[in-house]
Amino acid sequence: MLTTQQRSASGSSQSPRSPSAQPFLSVSVTDPVKLGNGVQAYISYRVITKTNLPEYQGPEKIVIRRYSDFVWLRDRLFEKYKGIFIPPLPEKSAVEKFRFSAEFIEMRRQALDIFVNRIASHHELQQSDDLRIFLQADEETMERARFQETGIFKKKPADLMQIFKDVQSKVSDVVLGKEKPVEESNPEYEKLKHYIFELEDHLAEAQKHSYRLVKRHRELGQSLSDFGKAVKLLGACEGNAIGKAFSELGAKSEMISVKLQNEAHHLLMNFEEPLKDYVRAVQSIKATIAERANAFRHQCELAETIKLKEINLDKLMLIRSDRVGEAEFEYKELKAESEEATRRFETIVRLMNEEIVRFQEQKTLDMGIAFHEFAKGQARLANSIADAWRSLLPKLEACSSS
Amino acid sequence: MMGSESEGFEEANLYASREEMENLVLDEPPNGRSYSNYRSAMSSLSDTHHPLSSPIVVTPADTDPLLSPPMYRDLRNPNAAENSYLEPPSYADVIFSPFEGDNGNGGVESPSKSSENSSVLSRSLSSSSEYLKITVSNPQKEQENSNSIVPGGNTYVTYLITTRTNLPEFGGSEFSVRRRFKDVVTLSDRLSESHRGLFIPPRPDKSVVESQVMQKQEFVEQRRVALEKYLRRLAAHPVIKKSEELKAFLQAHGKLPLAATTDVASRMLDGAVNLPKQLFGDSASVVAPHEVVQPAKGGRDLLRLFKELKQSVANDWGGSRPPVAEEDKEFLERKEKVQDLEQQLSNASQQAESLVKAQQDIGETMGELGLSFVKLTKFENEEAVFTSQRERAADIRGVATAAVKASRFYRELNSQTVKHLDTLHEYLGLMLAVHNAFSDRSSALLTVQTLLSELSSLHSKAEKLEAASSKIFGGDKSRIRKIEEMKETIRVTEHAKNVAVREYERIKENNRNELERLDRERHADFMNMLKGFVVNQVGYAEKIANVWAKVAEETSKYAEESS
Repeated sequence: MLTTQQRSASGSSQSPRSPSAQPFLSVSVTDPVKLGNGVQAYISYRVITKTNLPEYQGPEKIVIRRYSDFVWLRDRLFEKYKGIFIPPLPEKSAVEKFRFSAEFIEMRRQALDIFVNRIASHHELQQSDDLRIFLQADEETMERARFQETGIFKKKPADLMQIFKDVQSKVSDVVLGKEKPVEESNPEYEKLKHYIFELEDHLAEAQKHSYRLVKRHRELGQSLSDFGKAVKLLGACEGNAIGKAFSELGAKSEMISVKLQNEAHHLLMNFEEPLKDYVRAVQSIKATIAERANAFRHQCELAETIKLKEINLDKLMLIRSDRVGEAEFEYKELKAESEEATRRFETIVRLMNEEIVRFQEQKTLDMGIAFHEFAKGQARLANSIADAWRSLLPKLEACSSS
Repeated sequence: MMGSESEGFEEANLYASREEMENLVLDEPPNGRSYSNYRSAMSSLSDTHHPLSSPIVVTPADTDPLLSPPMYRDLRNPNAAENSYLEPPSYADVIFSPFEGDNGNGGVESPSKSSENSSVLSRSLSSSSEYLKITVSNPQKEQENSNSIVPGGNTYVTYLITTRTNLPEFGGSEFSVRRRFKDVVTLSDRLSESHRGLFIPPRPDKSVVESQVMQKQEFVEQRRVALEKYLRRLAAHPVIKKSEELKAFLQAHGKLPLAATTDVASRMLDGAVNLPKQLFGDSASVVAPHEVVQPAKGGRDLLRLFKELKQSVANDWGGSRPPVAEEDKEFLERKEKVQDLEQQLSNASQQAESLVKAQQDIGETMGELGLSFVKLTKFENEEAVFTSQRERAADIRGVATAAVKASRFYRELNSQTVKHLDTLHEYLGLMLAVHNAFSDRSSALLTVQTLLSELSSLHSKAEKLEAASSKIFGGDKSRIRKIEEMKETIRVTEHAKNVAVREYERIKENNRNELERLDRERHADFMNMLKGFVVNQVGYAEKIANVWAKVAEETSKYAEESS
């Protein structure tokens, strides 16, 4: 049983205090560095792996990776481990790339760190060769691997969209000319699909509002700061006790404005981002649902084809045709393929059932942490605001009695 | 001022604790501590030592307050006397009572803000025991019974003006009249004429465009509110509240017995008798004494206007000093200060508006977040297959509830903030009145200067005439007559000049008194505004903190799991 960290703080990698015999694999994504210029600009990250696993070059290995390397890893895993919910990646975001604000970079680093760690802590995914390559290979090898895969395996967004649409509509079956519905008639699974699709909508809305809330904190901070400045000027104009009172108020406003800005950042990293991550995770599940549909369809198609082949074979055997051998051979091949397809489909079903349990538990934990951080942050902010204003009251009293 | 304030606080203290015990937030159990915190809150304000402020172990500032026992606030804060106002909004509500007039706290004479829905500055009400309360209500459409060709005629709106007072000048304690907006304009004009030099609150706009564009009902309501505010401001002015004009407006039944502003034509007719003299002769021109107490206006005052203009040009461009200059250095300094104040007020007022908007926005977004979580929790509950889902749904509901509550608090906070910071807008509005009072002074001075110049030129003319006629023995009958006339003119002008000077002095005195009153009242009002604003912020910040502390507590198990 490999023990790894579920989530890592920025840049830190915790080594579990376990006896050296116990296998562990701990990864962290750190030190974002901007390289290149203009349109070509990109960010590179240090990926540090600490492990005692024999397959890995231990105890510590550091490689340099960029976003597209992470995409490569995700795509490879998606291809190989159908049925498993592959952890989501942060969006490509062509626009923000130009600006590369410090906040954007930090958000991305955090998301990538979580991504790798989720893979490293998944009992199946952590055994993947691709993960090992990602964590260990030198930069040249990585680059070569990345370029190789671009043509063959890379799914274009357009294809994925099409798959999603097929999963949702039964009309497509009619268009394709199939009489039998090429979808599973599994009521539990239907319920799950419906749940996933609706969940995405709800989560997206919550995430939208949480992002706005971050902005509101910033706006309130800004307006308090401006108000503080204006009040200070008014105080300077008034003079006397009232002038002093105004100055104190102005100074306090400016101080509180800073607290608001800080909380805005905390809210973004610890509440909004986890919500966004949740949305991405659900989208990843949708991709798996599409894969399952494909597998099912493939299995059905083969089953159909086999039946036809069987009939044909019987016919040939009856008339003692010399093509029987050939036909038998084809039949056997098809049968093997069909069994393979069925096996693949059933694996996906089995994996999905396990994954959904794990997913729900994981999400309850992730959201629990996020809510805790949210509530803690809001309480902390409100309390420090209350304290700040409260400390002003005796000063105001002093001013009014003088 | 201070006396009544602390008195008010102590009275409020009793009400606060009683009120607070009655209105405890339903979630939280009655807590004896709350009472003592109230007392401690009061005592921190009046600087007495509180029994609870014995030294208490202070946990370091950066300890997570939520991991320590619930009333962490006491532990963290060594000075418990400064401790939380558990129900500051009720505290605040008692001091700054909610705007529905009498709310049963009859005993609490609000020392600072009035219990009225406009933030009218009614310090004067409590400092003396004078009472003049005006309410505007019940708008009604009425028809103008004119002899117009168009049938149906003009309709206009009247408002019911109700006054309650104990001032002897009114000879009655409660009465009502109906007035229309035109009457208000008349009142305002008459007041400006008879109280030159005073800071007269500006009347509401005519809002011609708005009256066309807005919905009738909305516009009428807007106007009703504005009228009420205006009349209340008038009632708060120490001089104007006892003026004849206001009395007539508030009390006289039927048509308003104040002369409406006469148009130019009728004034011309009035002065027709004097007109030829004024238009033709400079030596024969006379400014009747009673007219110098008014600034020059159009119509019959054309000539006077021209002369005063000539004078002001001479003042500005002429090499010689004007006969009477604005020498009052103190006044000039204060005028400059007022201008500076106006600028800063305008700036602060603007920023206050932005602040209010930002507070509103955050409250709204928090509410929307809460609602989206409500939907999410409902969804998870309905669709739950696993226990983990049900757990999550419960967590989400906690957050949703907190967010909705916090959103409500933000909204309440904001509506209180608006009331407090409105003081800035009020004083900004008053600046217009100050400008008018200062220009009353300038125009009065100009009149004096004009008359002085006039006098001096008359004198030199008279001298010349005398010199010329003395050369002719026996005298030139026509010249002698002219000299007599001139002497008469000089006498009248001299008299007019004296009246003008007296008027000028009167206005100067008004200015001085008003400036003093402005400073005094402004300092008091601003002080109250600041205190009110801060108390309000403290109160709601605490309420919001409590709401979130609960959720943090409930979700703390996750923090332990992950660390």
